[in-house]
Amino acid sequence: MTRRHAPWFLLIPGLIAVIFLVLPVIGLITQAPWGSFGTLLSDPVTRDALRISALSSLCATAICIVLGTPLAWLLARNALPGTRFIRALVVVPLLLPPVVAGVGLLTAFGRRGFAGAFLYDHFGIQFPFTTAGVILAETFVAMPFLIITVEAGFRGLHKEYEEVAATLGASSWQTFRHVTLPLVAPALLSGVVLCWARAVGEFGATIGFAGNFPGVTQTMPLAIYSELEVDRSLAIGLSVILLMVCLVILVLLRRTYLRGDTRND
Amino acid sequence: MRAPRAIRSTGVALIAAVTSLLVVSPATAATSVFTPASDAKVTGTITVSAASSLTDVFPVIAKAFQKRYPGTNVKFNFGGSSTLVNQIKGGAPVDVLATASEPTMWSAVNAGLVGKPLLFAKNTMAIAMPADNPAHITSLADLARPGTLVGVCAVTVPCGAAARDLFALNKVTVRPVTQELDVRSLLGKVLSGDLDAAIVYVTDVKAVGKKVSSVQIPASLNVTTTYPVATVGKTTNPVVAQRFVDYLRYSLSAQGILRAYGFAKPW
Repeated sequence: MTRRHAPWFLLIPGLIAVIFLVLPVIGLITQAPWGSFGTLLSDPVTRDALRISALSSLCATAICIVLGTPLAWLLARNALPGTRFIRALVVVPLLLPPVVAGVGLLTAFGRRGFAGAFLYDHFGIQFPFTTAGVILAETFVAMPFLIITVEAGFRGLHKEYEEVAATLGASSWQTFRHVTLPLVAPALLSGVVLCWARAVGEFGATIGFAGNFPGVTQTMPLAIYSELEVDRSLAIGLSVILLMVCLVILVLLRRTYLRGDTRND
Repeated sequence: MRAPRAIRSTGVALIAAVTSLLVVSPATAATSVFTPASDAKVTGTITVSAASSLTDVFPVIAKAFQKRYPGTNVKFNFGGSSTLVNQIKGGAPVDVLATASEPTMWSAVNAGLVGKPLLFAKNTMAIAMPADNPAHITSLADLARPGTLVGVCAVTVPCGAAARDLFALNKVTVRPVTQELDVRSLLGKVLSGDLDAAIVYVTDVKAVGKKVSSVQIPASLNVTTTYPVATVGKTTNPVVAQRFVDYLRYSLSAQGILRAYGFAKPW
């Protein structure tokens, strides 16, 4: 990797972008109540919120991987009738204000929603006010990030690899598992990271659909917002904790898996 | 600074009055000058930050106010009372603050953000259920039944503090499933049928009409919350802001509208 001399018309806006993105974070860090982090971390409300956030964001990401990756492949390979239409549909959650997404989820999966009523009447399953509801809300909001990223990965892949594998006698599952997936691993990983980050930060759809109760549906962003009403510096403290946890995870991920991602080809 | 502008806009008659202020006794001068001078400047836009429970009634009052003072324009910013106070702390350009409880207003007074508050309305609590009342709630005690999905506001907002006090006063132990951050979101989850019951203001029940069922709570066992209003210290239009505050508290029209929406007198 050699650092090339950057032309000024890229350098100046690029640096402005960095400053713009970094300043609010610096603001948070300087305002954080560094002295009271110990008490903050031992507070059961914080611990509950961290636990709910970790559990729900990981489950949501897992669901996104299991359902989103196949859809990304289908979209990339034009395997469905009306691919373009479907692609437009699945990015709608990206455009919806999250609070509206929460209302949408209620109308579909609430106790009186068209899918929710069926689940409630026949199986007694209710999503609102449960951790499952939080996972559902996060999955809804985060999955498009994974689909878009991974689809781009699949599309950048030459079909020949899959065809060669097939002519060598590999089954379609073997081809997907041993040829396609390893080749899109970098795209899949950045998709997963984006998706997970979106799930962790989710607020509007969660509070709109799942409600706000400590230990059940109160994720870190909800705890932070609730705390903001009372004590701003504690709220900032919680935000910095969330920020640090996420940064550590992202840095570790990058170091372990994304080493090859900086290559230029 | 205000006197010269008043002269320009109300004409020669006033010049005599203002001159008389300088030479004649202050008492007579005050009656002759003060009213026209301030009337002349009641124009412009103000932004009113108001508690969620005022969402329906305030636009109606604003219409009456704008009719009474042509050339004024009242904009609103509705939210949970403590959120509104925090917004002003953070420098939000707001002219008037109306909260749903005295403690939230005190926090703004103590932070030096607002002027002297006036109490302009009172509210009490009720139980709201979906129209078909799926959990068959008929009293506060029913909310304690296991498996009943009860919602409240978070204790940091006035309707949540009121719900907590209401349960304590009636000695019922309720395990809510959600603590919403403002009363309108709470009511929304009753309307959608996802909650069996929620503790909201009587005015909220009145506002949505037949879309919810409700249980009234006897006055002796109910909790009341009082609504204070005050001008914000950093207002850019103190004249209109003060007029709006006075109008809310003292005008028959504003008080009549509040009554029609179910708010009680605070005095």
